[in-house]
Amino acid sequence: MKIVVDYDLCESNAICMDIAPEVFEVRDDDFLYVLNETPSEDMRPKMDEAVQRCPKQAISIKE
Amino acid sequence: MPETGHQHQGVNDSTPDLHEPASVTVVGASLAGVRGAEAIRRDGYRGPIKLIGDETHLPYDRPPLSKQVLAGQWEPEKAQLIDAARVAELGLTFEVGVATALDVEGRRIEVDGRWCDYDALMISTGARPRRLQEGQQLEGVHVVRTLDDCLALRRDLDVVPGRVVVVGAGFIGAEVAATCRGLGRDVTIVEVAEVPLARVLGDQIGAVCAAIHEENGTELICGVGVSSLSGNLRVEEVQLDDGRTIEAAIVVVGIGVIPNTEWLEGSALEIDNGVVCDATCLAGPNVVAAGDVARWYNDRFDQVMRVEHWDNAVEQGAHAARRLLQGAGAPNFSPIPWFWSDQYDRKIQLAGRPSPDDRIDVVTGSFEERRFAAVYSNDGALTGIFGMNRPRHVMQYRGLINEGASLDDALSLAGESS
Ligand SMILES: Cc1cc2nc3c(=O)[nH]c(=O)nc-3n(C[C@H](O)[C@H](O)[C@H](O)COP(=O)(O)OP(=O)(O)OC[C@H]3O[C@@H](n4cnc5c(N)ncnc54)[C@H](O)[C@@H]3O)c2cc1C
Ligand code: SF4
Repeated sequence: MKIVVDYDLCESNAICMDIAPEVFEVRDDDFLYVLNETPSEDMRPKMDEAVQRCPKQAISIKE
Repeated sequence: MPETGHQHQGVNDSTPDLHEPASVTVVGASLAGVRGAEAIRRDGYRGPIKLIGDETHLPYDRPPLSKQVLAGQWEPEKAQLIDAARVAELGLTFEVGVATALDVEGRRIEVDGRWCDYDALMISTGARPRRLQEGQQLEGVHVVRTLDDCLALRRDLDVVPGRVVVVGAGFIGAEVAATCRGLGRDVTIVEVAEVPLARVLGDQIGAVCAAIHEENGTELICGVGVSSLSGNLRVEEVQLDDGRTIEAAIVVVGIGVIPNTEWLEGSALEIDNGVVCDATCLAGPNVVAAGDVARWYNDRFDQVMRVEHWDNAVEQGAHAARRLLQGAGAPNFSPIPWFWSDQYDRKIQLAGRPSPDDRIDVVTGSFEERRFAAVYSNDGALTGIFGMNRPRHVMQYRGLINEGASLDDALSLAGESS
């Protein structure tokens, strides 16, 4: 599973960080950093939730 | 007071138990409905899922309707919530139709005059804009709720020059005003409250939001109501309660919404400014409700609430749909409400449930910079976090609220990070 963020859509509101801080981090510069682009399979429910809850639909999962 | 259900966090959402219904029917095929259907399918529910909605478009997202789509930056397709491929992959069925009645005992709904059976039902019929008593029917007078509303306003903005008057400085009105300003239009907002949004944000932060309009060249008239709109076929003037008249080429009315519950009148469900649900989102036997239409007991706040925010529709949609697959002992829905609003170049966010007279402490930035985060508290207990262009902080302090932290905890976090 590979996490892809469309940075043109992302507005750094940190919803994804709230769901999975081990994968997403919005830093002091207000940019989103993906800490782990290939999280393990057991993270899938959280990643699915991040995809659904991102208000900008900026996150996608490539198999 | 609705029954409050039982707190039982140990329920494993991914293993449907004996209560698994033969099929799930969702009425209202928008954010809450679609996200609910997706959630149970992802969890492994295999039965048929049918979504009935009265809009002919594939489900789309509403927030861009007052922002990017209205501005013409996005084509409507970009606001789609789900595409045809995903619909097929998830095995969802969409049906266009208007639900007109519910028979809870007989487990049937009336759609376009025909009764059909359901096994488990999710109600997510959302809300519609409140309209003005007088003048709403004139050409050039708009509301913004649906894609068709948005496109009609956009077309009007394309061809009709002159001032745009926005009635109501709530979030939708403020966003529409900002977008019209961004298109170079003269804009006036008329708001009946002395300070816009004061009921939600309190006077101090409401005043900052008001100032943003003026700094961007939008005229803001507060403390006066609109008495009527007038014109000959097309709107020409807006009459205010204090006798003033404003010329208007286009009027947008943003004075709140009304939950779509009329079709449930006469059903066994309790309707009271929304579909009344227990703490788990159950509204009746085999019936749940979610999103803008649902009023439920949020045990975290010990309050019955109806929340008109995007994130709530997503979360509650998933929670309520799962509730249909769970028996007694299903978990309560106890979120900390959160929303955002984009106006001009400012991103506003609020998490929590502050009252307008709660104490306010700025934890980063300042009002003057128009870039700050401030916590609300009552008697030392954190009740909310507001951010203007400070998204990360909002989520950070929302985490504190989640932990039941105090104002002191928030202030010491502020001290650490400054
Ligand atoms: C212009 C705009 C901008 C917004 N911006 C933001 C924002 O920036 N941030 C934020 O947090 N929130 C925002 N929101 C709020 C957010 O979009 C709503 O909270 C969300 O859409 C609620 O979803 P829902 O599925 O509960 O209801 P809705 O989206 O209202 O969907 C209900 C659906 O049910 C259908 N329906 C109704 N009655 C029937 C019936 N009898 N039979 C069949 N179908 C029926 C309706 O046509 C509709 O398609 C905005 C809303 C609007 C309108
Ligand atoms: S939730 Fe979406 S918009 Fe928000 S920071 Fe994450 S990717 Fe960006």
